[in-house]
Amino acid sequence: MDSSSLSSAPGLGTVDPQLQHFIEVETQKQRFQQLVHQMTELCWEKCMDKPGPKLDSRAEACFVNCVERFIDTSQFILNRLEQTQKSKPVFSESLSD
Amino acid sequence: MEGGFGLDSGGSGGGKLDPGFIMEQRMTDKCFRKCIGKPGGSLDNSEQKCIATCMDRYMDAWNTVSRACNSRLQRERANNT
Repeated sequence: MDSSSLSSAPGLGTVDPQLQHFIEVETQKQRFQQLVHQMTELCWEKCMDKPGPKLDSRAEACFVNCVERFIDTSQFILNRLEQTQKSKPVFSESLSD
Repeated sequence: MEGGFGLDSGGSGGGKLDPGFIMEQRMTDKCFRKCIGKPGGSLDNSEQKCIATCMDRYMDAWNTVSRACNSRLQRERANNT
């Protein structure tokens, strides 16, 4: 998202840089929260059997690993897509093979 | 809190974006799945206890994920500079 376009939007004049920064920070925070919600939901399915009196160390380790692997997966996919697009610039059906 | 049952409270979109609302929605989904077997005529004591426990664990999980996510993002930023 190109936030610099905010300050150069025609007819808008200059947006107060402090406000712009605030908006960026708040947007980041919200995106982060969304991500945490999504990951908690996914990892709960993978790591939680029966909710007990507290989160045991095995489950906790599972959650941590889950987060790391999720982000690894995301990066792997991004990288591979990038590579695939380089060799085949047109988005083809071969991706679904 | 408005929309307390996770029903579409319509009106301002702010209600749906309220982090408490999202949390509540997901807790309800997850804890219903874990704690309610065959739905009876009401929530019995063990089901209520299970739900309460489940909520606490879900919060614990959320906090753990949040911390892990934070560390990872900070590490990524450090590696990229």
